[in-house]
Amino acid sequence: MEPQSIDQLYSNYLPVLIATIVGFVLVISALLGSRLLAPFSREREKATTYECGMLPIRRASTNVGVRFYLYAILFIIFDVEAVFIFPWALSFVGVGAQAYWVMVAFIAILGAGLGYAWKKGALQWR
Amino acid sequence: MNNELFGFEINVWFDALARVGIIVGFMTVTVMALIYIERKILARFQMRLGPTRTGPRGTLQSVADALKLVGKEDLRPRMADPWTFELAPYVVFVPIFLGFVILPFLLDWHVRILELGLLYFVAVSSVNIVGWVMAGWGSDNRYAMIGGLRAAAQGISYELPLVLALLAAAMLAGSLNLNTIVVAQAHIPYIVWQPLAFFIFFVAALAEMNRPPFDIPVGESEVVGGPFVEYSGIRWSMFFLAEYAALFILALIGASVFLGGWAWPLGEELGRWWQLVLVSAKAGGLIFLVFWVRASVPRLRIDQLMSYSWKVLLPLTFVQIVVNGAVLVYDWPDVVLLATGVVGLGFLFWVTDRAVRRPRPRPALVAQSEAAR
Repeated sequence: MEPQSIDQLYSNYLPVLIATIVGFVLVISALLGSRLLAPFSREREKATTYECGMLPIRRASTNVGVRFYLYAILFIIFDVEAVFIFPWALSFVGVGAQAYWVMVAFIAILGAGLGYAWKKGALQWR
Repeated sequence: MNNELFGFEINVWFDALARVGIIVGFMTVTVMALIYIERKILARFQMRLGPTRTGPRGTLQSVADALKLVGKEDLRPRMADPWTFELAPYVVFVPIFLGFVILPFLLDWHVRILELGLLYFVAVSSVNIVGWVMAGWGSDNRYAMIGGLRAAAQGISYELPLVLALLAAAMLAGSLNLNTIVVAQAHIPYIVWQPLAFFIFFVAALAEMNRPPFDIPVGESEVVGGPFVEYSGIRWSMFFLAEYAALFILALIGASVFLGGWAWPLGEELGRWWQLVLVSAKAGGLIFLVFWVRASVPRLRIDQLMSYSWKVLLPLTFVQIVVNGAVLVYDWPDVVLLATGVVGLGFLFWVTDRAVRRPRPRPALVAQSEAAR
Protein backbone atom coordinates (compact mmCIF):
# COMPACT_ATOMS: atom_id res chain seq x y z
CA MET A 1 0.00 0.00 0.00
CA GLU A 2 1.72 3.20 -1.12
CA PRO A 3 0.67 6.43 0.60
CA GLN A 4 -1.97 8.32 -1.34
CA SER A 5 -1.95 11.99 -2.13
CA ILE A 6 -4.83 14.13 -0.89
CA ASP A 7 -6.05 14.59 -4.46
CA GLN A 8 -6.20 10.86 -4.95
CA LEU A 9 -8.02 10.42 -1.67
CA TYR A 10 -10.65 12.95 -2.70
CA SER A 11 -11.13 11.36 -6.10
CA ASN A 12 -11.36 7.94 -4.42
CA TYR A 13 -14.10 8.98 -2.04
CA LEU A 14 -15.91 11.19 -4.56
CA PRO A 15 -18.19 8.28 -5.63
CA VAL A 16 -19.13 7.81 -1.97
CA LEU A 17 -20.28 11.42 -1.75
CA ILE A 18 -22.15 11.18 -5.03
CA ALA A 19 -23.75 7.87 -4.05
CA THR A 20 -24.96 9.46 -0.81
CA ILE A 21 -26.59 12.31 -2.71
CA VAL A 22 -28.04 9.97 -5.33
CA GLY A 23 -29.41 7.71 -2.58
CA PHE A 24 -31.26 10.61 -0.95
CA VAL A 25 -32.49 11.87 -4.33
CA LEU A 26 -33.80 8.40 -5.13
CA VAL A 27 -35.91 8.20 -1.99
CA ILE A 28 -37.10 11.80 -2.36
CA SER A 29 -38.14 11.28 -5.98
CA ALA A 30 -39.95 8.06 -5.13
CA LEU A 31 -41.86 9.86 -2.37
CA LEU A 32 -42.62 12.78 -4.68
CA GLY A 33 -43.84 10.41 -7.40
CA SER A 34 -46.16 8.78 -4.94
CA ARG A 35 -47.33 12.21 -3.72
CA LEU A 36 -48.33 13.02 -7.30
CA LEU A 37 -49.92 9.68 -8.18
CA ALA A 38 -51.41 8.37 -4.97
CA PRO A 39 -54.85 9.37 -3.75
CA PHE A 40 -55.19 11.03 -0.38
CA SER A 41 -58.19 11.48 1.82
CA ARG A 42 -58.42 13.41 5.06
CA GLU A 43 -60.42 10.90 7.03
CA ARG A 44 -59.28 11.05 10.66
CA GLU A 45 -59.96 7.47 11.67
CA LYS A 46 -57.41 6.20 9.19
CA ALA A 47 -54.59 7.85 11.07
CA THR A 48 -55.14 5.96 14.33
CA THR A 49 -52.43 3.61 15.49
CA TYR A 50 -52.90 0.00 14.42
CA GLU A 51 -53.41 -2.42 17.27
CA CYS A 52 -55.51 -5.33 16.05
CA GLY A 53 -58.78 -3.40 16.25
CA MET A 54 -58.50 -1.90 19.73
CA LEU A 55 -57.59 1.67 20.45
CA PRO A 56 -54.10 1.76 21.98
CA ILE A 57 -53.77 2.92 25.57
CA ARG A 58 -50.96 5.44 26.24
CA ARG A 59 -47.96 6.00 23.98
CA ALA A 60 -45.86 3.06 22.90
CA SER A 61 -42.50 4.77 23.26
CA THR A 62 -42.19 4.53 27.02
CA ASN A 63 -40.10 1.94 28.84
CA VAL A 64 -37.64 -0.42 27.23
CA GLY A 65 -36.47 -3.72 28.68
CA VAL A 66 -33.03 -3.40 30.26
CA ARG A 67 -31.79 -6.55 28.50
CA PHE A 68 -31.49 -4.62 25.23
CA TYR A 69 -29.21 -2.22 27.07
CA LEU A 70 -26.92 -5.03 28.25
CA TYR A 71 -26.39 -6.25 24.71
CA ALA A 72 -25.74 -2.72 23.53
CA ILE A 73 -22.94 -2.27 26.08
CA LEU A 74 -21.40 -5.63 25.18
CA PHE A 75 -21.58 -4.67 21.53
CA ILE A 76 -19.73 -1.41 22.08
CA ILE A 77 -16.90 -3.20 23.91
CA PHE A 78 -16.45 -5.80 21.21
CA ASP A 79 -16.89 -3.38 18.34
CA VAL A 80 -14.06 -1.24 19.69
CA GLU A 81 -12.03 -4.41 19.87
CA ALA A 82 -12.81 -5.15 16.23
CA VAL A 83 -11.59 -1.66 15.35
CA PHE A 84 -8.25 -2.50 17.00
CA ILE A 85 -8.02 -5.85 15.23
CA PHE A 86 -8.56 -4.35 11.76
CA PRO A 87 -5.24 -2.49 11.36
CA TRP A 88 -3.38 -5.24 13.21
CA ALA A 89 -4.69 -7.94 10.86
CA LEU A 90 -3.19 -6.23 7.84
CA SER A 91 0.24 -5.41 9.25
CA PHE A 92 1.26 -8.00 11.84
CA VAL A 93 2.99 -10.29 9.33
CA GLY A 94 5.57 -7.56 8.63
CA VAL A 95 6.12 -6.85 12.34
CA GLY A 96 6.63 -10.46 13.31
CA ALA A 97 5.79 -12.94 16.03
CA GLN A 98 5.80 -10.38 18.84
CA ALA A 99 2.89 -8.45 17.32
CA TYR A 100 1.02 -11.72 17.01
CA TRP A 101 1.42 -12.67 20.67
CA VAL A 102 0.48 -9.20 21.83
CA MET A 103 -2.78 -9.48 19.93
CA VAL A 104 -3.37 -12.99 21.26
CA ALA A 105 -3.03 -11.57 24.78
CA PHE A 106 -5.48 -8.78 23.89
CA ILE A 107 -8.02 -11.24 22.50
CA ALA A 108 -7.51 -13.48 25.55
CA ILE A 109 -8.29 -10.59 27.91
CA LEU A 110 -11.47 -9.78 26.00
CA GLY A 111 -12.29 -13.46 25.85
CA ALA A 112 -12.02 -13.51 29.64
CA GLY A 113 -14.39 -10.55 29.71
CA LEU A 114 -16.85 -12.42 27.51
CA GLY A 115 -16.51 -15.45 29.78
CA TYR A 116 -17.27 -13.27 32.81
CA ALA A 117 -20.38 -11.82 31.14
CA TRP A 118 -21.43 -15.35 30.22
CA LYS A 119 -20.93 -16.61 33.79
CA LYS A 120 -22.88 -13.64 35.19
CA GLY A 121 -25.77 -14.52 32.89
CA ALA A 122 -25.59 -11.32 30.83
CA LEU A 123 -25.73 -13.34 27.63
CA GLN A 124 -28.84 -15.24 28.69
CA TRP A 125 -32.06 -13.75 27.32
CA ARG A 126 -34.58 -13.49 30.13
CA MET B 1 -8.62 15.08 -13.35
CA ASN B 2 -9.99 12.59 -15.78
CA ASN B 3 -11.01 9.00 -15.57
CA GLU B 4 -11.71 6.33 -18.14
CA LEU B 5 -15.18 4.89 -18.56
CA PHE B 6 -15.89 2.47 -21.39
CA GLY B 7 -12.93 3.86 -23.34
CA PHE B 8 -13.94 7.52 -22.96
CA GLU B 9 -11.90 10.01 -20.95
CA ILE B 10 -14.28 11.95 -18.74
CA ASN B 11 -14.14 14.21 -15.72
CA VAL B 12 -14.03 12.38 -12.35
CA TRP B 13 -17.33 13.93 -11.26
CA PHE B 14 -19.16 12.77 -14.37
CA ASP B 15 -17.40 9.44 -14.18
CA ALA B 16 -18.60 8.85 -10.63
CA LEU B 17 -22.09 10.13 -11.48
CA ALA B 18 -22.32 7.89 -14.56
CA ARG B 19 -21.19 4.84 -12.62
CA VAL B 20 -23.61 5.49 -9.75
CA GLY B 21 -26.36 6.10 -12.32
CA ILE B 22 -25.69 2.73 -13.92
CA ILE B 23 -25.87 1.17 -10.45
CA VAL B 24 -29.25 2.78 -9.80
CA GLY B 25 -30.74 1.26 -12.95
CA PHE B 26 -29.03 -2.04 -12.29
CA MET B 27 -30.24 -2.14 -8.69
CA THR B 28 -33.86 -1.46 -9.63
CA VAL B 29 -33.90 -4.22 -12.22
CA THR B 30 -32.06 -6.66 -9.96
CA VAL B 31 -34.35 -6.06 -7.02
CA MET B 32 -37.46 -6.58 -9.15
CA ALA B 33 -35.95 -9.73 -10.64
CA LEU B 34 -34.97 -11.01 -7.18
CA ILE B 35 -38.48 -10.52 -5.82
CA TYR B 36 -39.97 -12.42 -8.76
CA ILE B 37 -37.34 -15.17 -8.52
CA GLU B 38 -37.82 -15.53 -4.78
CA ARG B 39 -41.57 -15.91 -5.17
CA LYS B 40 -41.12 -18.47 -7.92
CA ILE B 41 -38.51 -20.47 -6.02
CA LEU B 42 -40.47 -20.41 -2.76
CA ALA B 43 -43.54 -21.51 -4.68
CA ARG B 44 -41.61 -24.45 -6.11
CA PHE B 45 -40.42 -25.42 -2.63
CA GLN B 46 -44.03 -25.44 -1.44
CA MET B 47 -45.35 -27.20 -4.57
CA ARG B 48 -47.20 -24.16 -5.85
CA LEU B 49 -46.83 -22.24 -9.09
CA GLY B 50 -46.17 -18.74 -7.79
CA PRO B 51 -47.07 -15.71 -9.91
CA THR B 52 -48.31 -16.76 -13.35
CA ARG B 53 -50.88 -14.22 -14.46
CA THR B 54 -49.01 -10.95 -14.98
CA GLY B 55 -47.05 -11.09 -18.19
CA PRO B 56 -45.46 -14.23 -19.65
CA ARG B 57 -45.06 -16.72 -16.78
CA GLY B 58 -45.71 -13.91 -14.32
CA THR B 59 -42.46 -12.08 -15.07
CA LEU B 60 -44.15 -8.68 -14.88
CA GLN B 61 -45.41 -9.33 -11.34
CA SER B 62 -42.78 -7.09 -9.71
CA VAL B 63 -43.49 -4.27 -12.16
CA ALA B 64 -47.18 -4.48 -11.32
CA ASP B 65 -46.32 -4.52 -7.60
CA ALA B 66 -44.12 -1.45 -7.96
CA LEU B 67 -46.82 0.46 -9.83
CA LYS B 68 -49.37 -0.48 -7.22
CA LEU B 69 -47.09 0.67 -4.42
CA VAL B 70 -46.43 4.04 -6.06
CA GLY B 71 -50.16 4.54 -6.46
CA LYS B 72 -51.02 3.63 -2.87
CA GLU B 73 -51.91 6.19 -0.26
CA ASP B 74 -48.99 7.11 1.99
CA LEU B 75 -50.34 7.20 5.53
CA ARG B 76 -48.81 8.61 8.68
CA PRO B 77 -50.47 7.80 11.99
CA ARG B 78 -51.56 10.81 14.03
CA MET B 79 -49.53 9.80 17.08
CA ALA B 80 -46.34 9.11 15.12
CA ASP B 81 -43.32 11.33 15.56
CA PRO B 82 -43.14 13.12 12.21
CA TRP B 83 -39.35 13.48 11.95
CA THR B 84 -38.23 9.99 12.91
CA PHE B 85 -41.14 8.43 11.02
CA GLU B 86 -40.45 10.29 7.77
CA LEU B 87 -36.66 10.04 7.93
CA ALA B 88 -36.44 6.33 8.76
CA PRO B 89 -36.71 5.14 5.10
CA TYR B 90 -33.76 7.36 4.19
CA VAL B 91 -31.62 6.08 7.04
CA VAL B 92 -32.41 2.49 6.13
CA PHE B 93 -31.97 2.81 2.38
CA VAL B 94 -29.02 5.19 1.88
CA PRO B 95 -26.39 3.25 3.92
CA ILE B 96 -27.26 0.05 2.09
CA PHE B 97 -27.13 1.84 -1.25
CA LEU B 98 -23.63 3.11 -0.32
CA GLY B 99 -22.49 -0.52 -0.18
CA PHE B 100 -22.70 -0.70 -3.98
CA VAL B 101 -19.72 1.66 -4.26
CA ILE B 102 -17.07 -0.91 -3.37
CA LEU B 103 -18.45 -4.04 -5.04
CA PRO B 104 -15.94 -5.66 -7.42
CA PHE B 105 -18.31 -6.61 -10.23
CA LEU B 106 -15.60 -7.30 -12.85
CA LEU B 107 -11.85 -6.82 -13.06
CA ASP B 108 -12.20 -3.43 -14.71
CA TRP B 109 -15.77 -2.49 -13.85
CA HIS B 110 -16.80 -1.21 -10.46
CA VAL B 111 -17.88 2.13 -9.06
CA ARG B 112 -14.64 2.59 -7.12
CA ILE B 113 -12.35 0.07 -5.48
CA LEU B 114 -11.30 1.64 -2.18
CA GLU B 115 -8.09 0.61 -0.46
CA LEU B 116 -10.09 0.11 2.78
CA GLY B 117 -13.12 -1.28 0.95
CA LEU B 118 -14.11 -3.95 3.45
CA LEU B 119 -13.79 -1.58 6.41
CA TYR B 120 -15.86 1.00 4.53
CA PHE B 121 -18.52 -1.61 3.85
CA VAL B 122 -18.87 -2.82 7.43
CA ALA B 123 -18.82 0.75 8.74
CA VAL B 124 -21.42 2.12 6.37
CA SER B 125 -23.82 -0.80 6.10
CA SER B 126 -24.37 -1.07 9.86
CA VAL B 127 -25.81 2.45 10.04
CA ASN B 128 -29.11 1.11 8.74
CA ILE B 129 -29.83 -0.42 12.16
CA VAL B 130 -30.41 3.16 13.35
CA GLY B 131 -33.09 3.48 10.67
CA TRP B 132 -34.85 0.37 11.93
CA VAL B 133 -34.94 1.72 15.47
CA MET B 134 -36.16 5.08 14.15
CA ALA B 135 -38.97 3.36 12.26
CA GLY B 136 -39.92 1.39 15.36
CA TRP B 137 -39.75 4.32 17.76
CA GLY B 138 -41.29 6.89 15.44
CA SER B 139 -44.39 4.86 14.59
CA ASP B 140 -45.59 4.97 18.20
CA ASN B 141 -46.99 1.50 17.84
CA ARG B 142 -46.22 -1.34 20.22
CA TYR B 143 -45.58 -3.90 17.50
CA ALA B 144 -43.29 -1.49 15.72
CA MET B 145 -41.49 -0.64 18.95
CA ILE B 146 -40.82 -4.27 19.84
CA GLY B 147 -39.82 -5.02 16.27
CA GLY B 148 -37.42 -2.11 16.12
CA LEU B 149 -35.74 -3.08 19.38
CA ARG B 150 -35.45 -6.68 18.28
CA ALA B 151 -33.95 -5.53 14.99
CA ALA B 152 -31.39 -3.46 16.87
CA ALA B 153 -30.48 -6.26 19.29
CA GLN B 154 -30.16 -8.78 16.48
CA GLY B 155 -28.32 -6.38 14.16
CA ILE B 156 -25.64 -5.45 16.67
CA SER B 157 -25.22 -9.02 17.89
CA TYR B 158 -24.59 -10.46 14.45
CA GLU B 159 -22.57 -7.48 13.29
CA LEU B 160 -19.49 -8.75 15.16
CA PRO B 161 -19.33 -12.30 13.75
CA LEU B 162 -19.98 -10.87 10.27
CA VAL B 163 -17.18 -8.32 10.50
CA LEU B 164 -14.66 -10.67 12.10
CA ALA B 165 -15.41 -13.52 9.67
CA LEU B 166 -14.79 -11.18 6.73
CA LEU B 167 -11.62 -9.98 8.46
CA ALA B 168 -10.39 -13.58 8.88
CA ALA B 169 -10.47 -14.01 5.11
CA ALA B 170 -8.97 -10.57 4.52
CA MET B 171 -6.02 -11.52 6.76
CA LEU B 172 -5.01 -14.20 4.26
CA ALA B 173 -5.00 -11.67 1.42
CA GLY B 174 -3.29 -9.08 3.62
CA SER B 175 -5.56 -6.36 2.29
CA LEU B 176 -9.02 -4.86 2.69
CA ASN B 177 -9.10 -3.95 -0.99
CA LEU B 178 -11.76 -6.21 -2.50
CA ASN B 179 -10.05 -6.45 -5.88
CA THR B 180 -6.80 -7.56 -4.22
CA ILE B 181 -8.75 -10.14 -2.23
CA VAL B 182 -10.30 -11.49 -5.42
CA VAL B 183 -6.97 -11.61 -7.27
CA ALA B 184 -5.43 -13.49 -4.31
CA GLN B 185 -8.01 -16.25 -4.96
CA ALA B 186 -7.09 -16.75 -8.60
CA HIS B 187 -6.32 -20.44 -8.01
CA ILE B 188 -8.05 -21.53 -4.81
CA PRO B 189 -11.01 -19.68 -3.30
CA TYR B 190 -10.87 -18.86 0.40
CA ILE B 191 -13.83 -21.06 1.19
CA VAL B 192 -11.36 -23.96 1.00
CA TRP B 193 -9.06 -22.44 3.64
CA GLN B 194 -11.80 -20.75 5.68
CA PRO B 195 -14.90 -22.96 5.66
CA LEU B 196 -15.70 -21.98 9.24
CA ALA B 197 -15.43 -18.25 8.51
CA PHE B 198 -17.61 -18.69 5.43
CA PHE B 199 -20.33 -20.45 7.37
CA ILE B 200 -20.25 -17.83 10.11
CA PHE B 201 -20.38 -15.08 7.50
CA PHE B 202 -23.39 -16.70 5.84
CA VAL B 203 -25.33 -17.12 9.08
CA ALA B 204 -24.50 -13.59 10.26
CA ALA B 205 -25.45 -12.16 6.87
CA LEU B 206 -28.85 -13.88 7.11
CA ALA B 207 -29.34 -12.26 10.49
CA GLU B 208 -28.17 -8.83 9.32
CA MET B 209 -30.72 -8.94 6.50
CA ASN B 210 -33.48 -10.07 8.90
CA ARG B 211 -34.06 -13.04 6.64
CA PRO B 212 -35.64 -16.26 7.88
CA PRO B 213 -34.77 -18.02 10.15
CA PHE B 214 -33.61 -14.76 11.79
CA ASP B 215 -36.78 -12.78 11.05
CA ILE B 216 -38.24 -12.20 14.49
CA PRO B 217 -37.92 -8.40 14.08
CA VAL B 218 -40.33 -8.53 11.13
CA GLY B 219 -42.19 -11.74 12.02
CA GLU B 220 -45.73 -11.44 10.69
CA SER B 221 -47.19 -13.88 13.18
CA GLU B 222 -45.86 -12.18 16.32
CA VAL B 223 -45.20 -8.48 15.64
CA VAL B 224 -47.24 -8.04 12.43
CA GLY B 225 -44.35 -6.83 10.32
CA GLY B 226 -42.35 -5.19 13.10
CA PRO B 227 -41.13 -1.66 12.38
CA PHE B 228 -43.15 -1.49 9.15
CA VAL B 229 -46.61 -1.91 10.66
CA GLU B 230 -47.52 1.72 10.15
CA TYR B 231 -45.76 2.21 6.83
CA SER B 232 -47.63 1.87 3.58
CA GLY B 233 -47.22 2.56 -0.09
CA ILE B 234 -43.95 3.87 -1.43
CA ARG B 235 -42.45 4.50 2.01
CA TRP B 236 -42.85 0.85 2.87
CA SER B 237 -41.40 -0.20 -0.47
CA MET B 238 -38.20 1.73 0.36
CA PHE B 239 -37.59 -0.74 3.21
CA PHE B 240 -38.25 -3.59 0.84
CA LEU B 241 -35.90 -2.15 -1.76
CA ALA B 242 -33.21 -1.81 0.89
CA GLU B 243 -33.75 -5.40 2.02
CA TYR B 244 -33.27 -6.88 -1.44
CA ALA B 245 -30.39 -4.53 -2.27
CA ALA B 246 -28.70 -5.73 0.94
CA LEU B 247 -29.31 -9.32 -0.12
CA PHE B 248 -27.60 -8.65 -3.44
CA ILE B 249 -24.69 -6.73 -1.90
CA LEU B 250 -23.98 -9.33 0.78
CA ALA B 251 -24.18 -12.13 -1.80
CA LEU B 252 -21.64 -10.33 -3.97
CA ILE B 253 -19.36 -9.58 -1.00
CA GLY B 254 -19.53 -13.22 0.03
CA ALA B 255 -18.84 -14.32 -3.53
CA SER B 256 -15.84 -11.99 -3.76
CA VAL B 257 -14.29 -12.70 -0.38
CA PHE B 258 -14.90 -16.43 -0.08
CA LEU B 259 -15.70 -17.78 -3.55
CA GLY B 260 -13.16 -15.90 -5.64
CA GLY B 261 -15.49 -13.37 -7.31
CA TRP B 262 -14.72 -12.96 -10.98
CA ALA B 263 -11.34 -14.72 -10.79
CA TRP B 264 -11.52 -18.33 -9.72
CA PRO B 265 -11.25 -20.83 -11.43
CA LEU B 266 -10.21 -19.19 -14.69
CA GLY B 267 -7.61 -16.76 -13.31
CA GLU B 268 -7.30 -13.10 -14.26
CA GLU B 269 -6.73 -13.33 -17.99
CA LEU B 270 -10.21 -13.77 -19.31
CA GLY B 271 -12.79 -11.69 -21.05
CA ARG B 272 -15.40 -9.50 -19.47
CA TRP B 273 -18.16 -11.96 -20.33
CA TRP B 274 -16.55 -14.88 -18.56
CA GLN B 275 -16.04 -12.72 -15.49
CA LEU B 276 -19.68 -11.71 -15.63
CA VAL B 277 -20.77 -15.35 -15.86
CA LEU B 278 -18.54 -16.35 -12.94
CA VAL B 279 -19.66 -13.51 -10.69
CA SER B 280 -23.34 -14.01 -11.42
CA ALA B 281 -23.10 -17.76 -10.93
CA LYS B 282 -21.42 -17.39 -7.52
CA ALA B 283 -23.60 -14.55 -6.24
CA GLY B 284 -26.69 -16.26 -7.65
CA GLY B 285 -25.74 -19.47 -5.90
CA LEU B 286 -25.49 -17.68 -2.57
CA ILE B 287 -28.82 -15.94 -3.14
CA PHE B 288 -30.44 -19.26 -3.96
CA LEU B 289 -29.02 -20.64 -0.73
CA VAL B 290 -30.68 -17.78 1.17
CA PHE B 291 -34.05 -18.60 -0.44
CA TRP B 292 -33.53 -22.29 0.25
CA VAL B 293 -32.87 -21.62 3.94
CA ARG B 294 -36.00 -19.48 4.07
CA ALA B 295 -38.06 -22.31 2.67
CA SER B 296 -36.75 -25.01 4.99
CA VAL B 297 -35.82 -23.64 8.44
CA PRO B 298 -38.34 -22.52 11.07
CA ARG B 299 -37.96 -19.20 12.86
CA LEU B 300 -35.61 -19.06 15.87
CA ARG B 301 -36.69 -17.94 19.33
CA ILE B 302 -35.07 -14.77 20.57
CA ASP B 303 -33.11 -16.46 23.37
CA GLN B 304 -31.69 -18.98 20.89
CA LEU B 305 -30.91 -16.17 18.52
CA MET B 306 -28.93 -14.03 20.95
CA SER B 307 -27.13 -16.97 22.55
CA TYR B 308 -26.12 -18.32 19.16
CA SER B 309 -24.36 -15.12 18.23
CA TRP B 310 -22.65 -14.36 21.54
CA LYS B 311 -21.87 -17.83 22.85
CA VAL B 312 -21.14 -19.75 19.64
CA LEU B 313 -20.32 -17.59 16.63
CA LEU B 314 -18.30 -14.85 18.35
CA PRO B 315 -15.84 -17.11 20.25
CA LEU B 316 -15.38 -19.24 17.12
CA THR B 317 -14.50 -16.20 14.98
CA PHE B 318 -11.88 -15.21 17.56
CA VAL B 319 -10.43 -18.71 17.42
CA GLN B 320 -10.38 -18.49 13.63
CA ILE B 321 -8.52 -15.18 13.72
CA VAL B 322 -5.93 -16.47 16.22
CA VAL B 323 -5.36 -19.60 14.09
CA ASN B 324 -5.02 -17.53 10.92
CA GLY B 325 -2.51 -15.28 12.66
CA ALA B 326 -0.38 -18.23 13.80
CA VAL B 327 -0.38 -19.75 10.31
CA LEU B 328 0.64 -16.45 8.73
CA VAL B 329 3.33 -15.53 11.27
CA TYR B 330 5.04 -18.93 11.50
CA ASP B 331 4.57 -19.81 7.82
CA TRP B 332 2.79 -23.04 8.56
CA PRO B 333 1.40 -24.88 5.53
CA ASP B 334 -2.09 -23.93 4.38
CA VAL B 335 -3.33 -27.44 5.13
CA VAL B 336 -3.41 -26.43 8.81
CA LEU B 337 -6.03 -23.83 7.89
CA LEU B 338 -8.11 -26.41 6.07
CA ALA B 339 -7.86 -28.91 8.94
CA THR B 340 -8.74 -26.40 11.67
CA GLY B 341 -11.51 -24.99 9.52
CA VAL B 342 -13.12 -28.38 9.02
CA VAL B 343 -12.75 -29.29 12.70
CA GLY B 344 -14.23 -25.93 13.69
CA LEU B 345 -17.12 -26.38 11.28
CA GLY B 346 -17.82 -29.83 12.68
CA PHE B 347 -17.79 -28.40 16.21
CA LEU B 348 -20.13 -25.59 15.13
CA PHE B 349 -22.61 -28.05 13.60
CA TRP B 350 -22.49 -30.21 16.71
CA VAL B 351 -23.11 -27.25 19.03
CA THR B 352 -25.92 -25.96 16.80
CA ASP B 353 -27.59 -29.35 16.69
CA ARG B 354 -27.37 -29.68 20.45
CA ALA B 355 -28.69 -26.15 21.05
CA VAL B 356 -31.64 -26.62 18.72
CA ARG B 357 -32.75 -29.78 20.49
CA ARG B 358 -32.53 -28.34 24.01
CA PRO B 359 -35.90 -27.32 25.52
CA ARG B 360 -36.46 -23.69 26.41
CA PRO B 361 -35.49 -22.78 29.98
CA ARG B 362 -38.46 -21.66 32.07
CA PRO B 363 -38.69 -17.88 32.27
CA ALA B 364 -37.99 -16.63 35.80
CA LEU B 365 -41.47 -15.12 36.33
CA VAL B 366 -43.31 -18.27 35.33
CA ALA B 367 -41.14 -20.37 37.63
CA GLN B 368 -41.84 -17.98 40.52
CA SER B 369 -45.58 -18.01 40.07
CA GLU B 370 -45.59 -21.79 39.84
CA ALA B 371 -43.60 -22.03 43.08
CA ALA B 372 -46.04 -19.67 44.81
CA ARG B 373 -48.98 -21.83 43.75
